[in-house]
Amino acid sequence: MDIIVCVKRVPETAEVDLAIERDEKDIVKKDLVFDINEWDNYAMEEAVRIKENIGGTVTAVTLGEEDSRETLRRCLAMGADRAMILADPALQGSDAYATALALHQAIKKERYDLILTGVQASDDGYAQVGGILAEMLGIPHVTMVTKVDIQGKLAKVRRELEGGLEEELEVELPALFTIQTGINEPRYVSIMGIRKARGKEIRELMVKDLELTEDEVGQKGSQIHLEKVFLPPVEKEAEIIQGDPSQISERLLEIIKEKGGVI
Amino acid sequence: MDFELTEEQRDIKKAAKEFAEGEFDKELALELEREHKFPWDIWKKACELGFIGIHFPEEWGGGGYGIFENALVVEEFCRVDSGIGIALSLADFSSEIILRFGTQEQKKTFLIPITEGKAISSGGFTEPDHGSDITIMSTQAVRDRDEFVINGTKTFITNGTIADFTIVLCQTDFDASPPYRGQCTIIVEKGRKGFEANEIGEKMGIKMTSTAELSFRDVRVPVSNLVGEEKRGFYQVLEFFDESRIEIAAQAVGIAQGAYERALNYAKERTQFGKKIAQFQVIQHKLAEMATKIETARLLLYKAAWNFDQGRIDPKLTSMAKFYAGRVAVEVTDEAIQIFGGYGYTTEYEVERFYRDARITEIYEGTREIQKNTISSAILGKLK
Repeated sequence: MDIIVCVKRVPETAEVDLAIERDEKDIVKKDLVFDINEWDNYAMEEAVRIKENIGGTVTAVTLGEEDSRETLRRCLAMGADRAMILADPALQGSDAYATALALHQAIKKERYDLILTGVQASDDGYAQVGGILAEMLGIPHVTMVTKVDIQGKLAKVRRELEGGLEEELEVELPALFTIQTGINEPRYVSIMGIRKARGKEIRELMVKDLELTEDEVGQKGSQIHLEKVFLPPVEKEAEIIQGDPSQISERLLEIIKEKGGVI
Repeated sequence: MDFELTEEQRDIKKAAKEFAEGEFDKELALELEREHKFPWDIWKKACELGFIGIHFPEEWGGGGYGIFENALVVEEFCRVDSGIGIALSLADFSSEIILRFGTQEQKKTFLIPITEGKAISSGGFTEPDHGSDITIMSTQAVRDRDEFVINGTKTFITNGTIADFTIVLCQTDFDASPPYRGQCTIIVEKGRKGFEANEIGEKMGIKMTSTAELSFRDVRVPVSNLVGEEKRGFYQVLEFFDESRIEIAAQAVGIAQGAYERALNYAKERTQFGKKIAQFQVIQHKLAEMATKIETARLLLYKAAWNFDQGRIDPKLTSMAKFYAGRVAVEVTDEAIQIFGGYGYTTEYEVERFYRDARITEIYEGTREIQKNTISSAILGKLK
C-alpha cells in the first residue's frame, strides 16, 4: 500500500491576538508559532498506522515556503519514508485550485494506492484541495472521513454527516480521503523518529519540474483573488439585563420568544 | 560563532514540548505532589519516546545525542511542570558514571533497562557527615575474595527508595593519602541483603522525587559491580558532577521560564485600578528583568553543555552555569509569585510550586557556595 499524505504548515492562532498586515492581504505572522495543520496530523497518523498494519510506503508532500521543511521533518519522524516539498516562490499565493494543480503534477508520476489530506487547513479553511486534487487525478474521493479500513483493493470508510449521523462507504482504490480530526490519536514525535528522519530524503520540486509555467500557478494561476483580510467588526448586539431576578427572568423570556425560541 | 540551534535540535525541543504539554496534566501534577508519588505512567511514555537516556549511545538504547540535547529536553519538561520535569530528568540519575567508566557488560545490564523504562538509577555520594565534602567517605567497602562487603549510611539520595540500583561512593583503601585516592564507586542493586532505603521525610519541594537515607549493613556485591578502577571513585564522581550540574542548570532554566510565562500571561489579563497590570511600569520592569536573567542563564547553560559535548571538561564553566541558573530560577519564581499576588501564594496557580522546586537547584549537585569555590579556585589558582 503506497500512501501519499498532503500536509501544510500553518500558524497557531487559537490563543493569539491577531493583527492584520498593512496591505490587508494577510495576518501578521512574524511572531506566530507554526506547526502542522491539525487535520493533516491525523491524516499522517492514519497513513503511518495503515503502513504499520499492512506494509507499504508513506510519502509526505507539502506546498509552502522553505520553512515547511520543518513540517516534513516532523512527518518523516512520525514514520513517513520520504517527502516532497513544492517551495518554488512562484507557487506562493496559490488558491485551492492552483495548489491542487501543483500537487497533481507532483503526485501523478508517483506510485500510489491511497492519498490522504486533512479535511481542511486551519488558516484559510477552504476545504477544497482534497476534492479538486482527486478530480484532477481521476480517482474517487470521500470527505470528512472518520474511519478507514483497507481490504485488499477496497477501502471501507466512514464519513461524518450533519447532525451526528455517519455513513459507511465502500470505495475502490486508488482513492483520496480527506481525514477528520479524532479519527485516531496521533503519536508524539519520538527521539528515535527524529534520528531516523535525518537519513530520509526531502525532494524539492520547482515549477519546471512540475511541468507547469509560472502563469499556471501562484496568484496568476488562481481563480480566487483575495481582496482583503479583516477582523470581524465588533457588533453592538449585547444587551445587559438589569434588575432583580424576577425582572431579569421576565425580560429573558421576552427575548427568547421574540427570537423564536421554544418556550 | 553561531547562536542558532540546529534543525535537529529544534525538532527535539519541539518534540519534548509537545509531549510535556500533552501529558503533564496540571491536576495530575497537584495530585502527585500531594501524594508524593513519582509520575510512573508519564515516565514510561517518556522512555518509549526516547527522552530518557537521549544522551546515551544507540548501542545502549539511547538516542545517540549529547548532553546539550538532554538539556533541551529537561528545560522543556521543567518549563511545563517543575515537579514532573525534575522527576523525569533525574530518572537516570548517576547512570552516566556507568556510561563513562563502566564495562561493556555493566552498560548492557544497567543502561539499557533505563532507556526501556524498566529501571530507575540513583547515585549515593552524600553521607550524614559528608555532604559538600566528599574527600573522605565513612561508607566502607572491604574486599572479601570475589565480593565487596559494604557498610555505612548515605543520605539525601535522589531516587533512593524507587531506584533499581545505586552507584555508591565508598572508601576502600583506608591508608590512602589523601583519603580521596582510596575511594571507589560500586553498583548496589535493590534487594541486596542488608540494604535498606527510607524516605528522609517531608521536603520543601521536589515532592514527586524520592529522597532517601540508605543504610548498608554487610551488603555483599560481586567484584564485577565495581565501576572502573578501584582508586578512581572520587575522580569519577567529580567528572560526573561536571555533567550532572549542567542537567541541574537545565532544570533551573526551565523552571524559571515556566514561572515567567505564567506571570507574563497573568499580567496581560489581570486588571487593577482600571487597567491591565502589564500596563504598569513596575510590572513591565519585573518582566524585563526576569526575561533578561533567563536569557543569560540559558546562554551559560548552552555554552556549558556544548562545551561538554566537544569533549572538554571545564568545571569553572559548569559551576557558573549551575550557580547562576539556580539563582535565576529562585529569583524569577519569587517575582512570579509577586506578580500573581495572593493568587500566586495558592497551589492553584502553580508558581508557588515552581518556587519551592527551584530552591533545590541551589542545593543539590553542589550548593551555590561549592560552585563559587570551584569558580574562584579556577580564577585564582593556588595563592602564594
